[in-house]
Amino acid sequence: MAEGLVIVGGSYAALHMAQGARENGYGEAIRLISDEPWLPYQRPPLSKGFLAGKIERDALALKGEAFYRDNGIEVLLETRVSAIDRQARTVTTAAGANLRYDGLGLALGARPRLLKIAGADLDGVFYLRSLADTLALRERLARPLSIVVIGGGFIGLEVAASLATLGHRVSVVEALERLMARVLPPVLSDFMAQMHRGRGVEVRLSAGVQEIKGDGAGRVASVLCSDGSELAADIVVAGIGVVPETGLAAAAGLACRDGILVDDAARTADPAIVAAGDCVRYPSAFTPDPCRLESVQNASDQGRAAGAALAGKPQAYRAVPWFWSDQYECKLQMAGLSPGHDRLALRGAMAGGRFSLFYFRAGRLVAVDTVNRPGEHLLGRKLLAAGASLTPEQAADESFDLKALLAA
Amino acid sequence: MVIYQLKDGSERRVDVPAGHSVMLGAVQNDLPGIDAECGGCCACGTCHVYVDPAHYGRLPAVEAMEDDLLSGVAAGRQATSRLSCQITMTPALDGLVVRMPERQG
Ligand SMILES: Cc1cc2nc3c(=O)[nH]c(=O)nc-3n(C[C@H](O)[C@H](O)[C@H](O)COP(=O)(O)OP(=O)(O)OC[C@H]3O[C@@H](n4cnc5c(N)ncnc54)[C@H](O)[C@@H]3O)c2cc1C
Ligand code: FES
Repeated sequence: MAEGLVIVGGSYAALHMAQGARENGYGEAIRLISDEPWLPYQRPPLSKGFLAGKIERDALALKGEAFYRDNGIEVLLETRVSAIDRQARTVTTAAGANLRYDGLGLALGARPRLLKIAGADLDGVFYLRSLADTLALRERLARPLSIVVIGGGFIGLEVAASLATLGHRVSVVEALERLMARVLPPVLSDFMAQMHRGRGVEVRLSAGVQEIKGDGAGRVASVLCSDGSELAADIVVAGIGVVPETGLAAAAGLACRDGILVDDAARTADPAIVAAGDCVRYPSAFTPDPCRLESVQNASDQGRAAGAALAGKPQAYRAVPWFWSDQYECKLQMAGLSPGHDRLALRGAMAGGRFSLFYFRAGRLVAVDTVNRPGEHLLGRKLLAAGASLTPEQAADESFDLKALLAA
Repeated sequence: MVIYQLKDGSERRVDVPAGHSVMLGAVQNDLPGIDAECGGCCACGTCHVYVDPAHYGRLPAVEAMEDDLLSGVAAGRQATSRLSCQITMTPALDGLVVRMPERQG
């Protein structure tokens, strides 16, 4: 056992794998290989506070250099892994170096899904995934612009909120009939649409995008919608989902299905290889079928489990999924997974902008979404973790003490 | 400078630049006891600290969102509980003393 661990990736899952291995007593070398030029940093602010100029660049680092030094984690930056040889237990970098491993962690994340329409390669079309992406976009924002956001999902809407707050003219074009349709029920989609419209953002629903038109000099000029209308645009930001990075794993013969397949302890079928985070599909107690999540919580907690497995102390990853999104003064937080629910209870009044939605499937609480009630979000997570039994009627009754369910 | 009292009873003095939060000062210097799972978005409640009672009055008042989140922190809220990600360092706060709670999650 002298080669140590190689962890490929430079973000939440990679960092937590390394930390999880150390916390479980792993004593050999750990090398973390990232193709980015920076130590692991926070991604959520890239569409929120950092885009809006409210958070400084040096506040983004997940850990200071002391952490890597103190934990004996060697970080190789700007190094891309291009192949895995499972027989020889080596990874090959794009520069041609071979690194041997005893255990390998894949924390490869996801990349933005690219637009497949004419004009997608014009100057002024942006995607947001990395710090480099946000820095490049920020450079263009010195004067007030017309900005078209393609995609009414989390990232698109956060970008719209940040840019509208900065004083830009923003439109959001969404192909489906409501915002964030994949994860939110219609009542919340409508709430979010109203909020954006109230801030002067033009929200176009059921609207396809046909083409991005140029100005003749290679720059974005407008967005042509499928209904024939045209939106003037200096900048287009596309947030139409992400694609998990499975290429390396698939080429090495590991099973993938829109995500590298792992078990509930983050292990692949190869006993030397674990995987975690956005690049992974795993069996979850919160969904009937194996799921792939895109969240800081999942990358961190599953990363920890993967690190424990690398240290020879596998443990089941069972944490309650949670997520948050900040748009204007609205803090939306989600605990559990609501898709597939058959009943929904509203706690509080939506009009007041502070409320929660409790989701039930076959009589069981499966998820809690809160708006500007972070305390109830934490409580919701505890109720889900405890498998507390709660009825929709109790959830809707604000005089019913939810905390009492935990004490019982 | 911020003085952090760790769970093992020891103390760490950290120069936290003005504009950075008390949470960031702990995380970027690898001090145990603050998890900060949400990175300072006031969404997770895992950056909870007890401010030394003698210093509590120096801080700006708790805002509504922080107040709401404090109601759910793992170690239990006390009179001088704050979320360290919501305390931004200013020269006026130099020498602030905070204590890490028993647990964050
Ligand atoms: C703008 C934005 C806002 C978000 N907001 C939120 C939010 O509010 N709340 C929330 O919970 N989640 C949010 N997310 C999602 C969250 O950031 C991701 O779920 C999380 O980053 C996943 O972590 P990961 O480590 O699995 O993958 P990633 O963060 O994608 O990291 C993968 C890393 O691996 C590197 N890499 C990939 N392939 C190779 C290779 N072959 N060789 C070397 N290095 C490689 C990549 O460059 C990258 O550094 C947001 C994401 C974005 C982009
Ligand atoms: S870091 Fe999450 S609430 Fe402070």
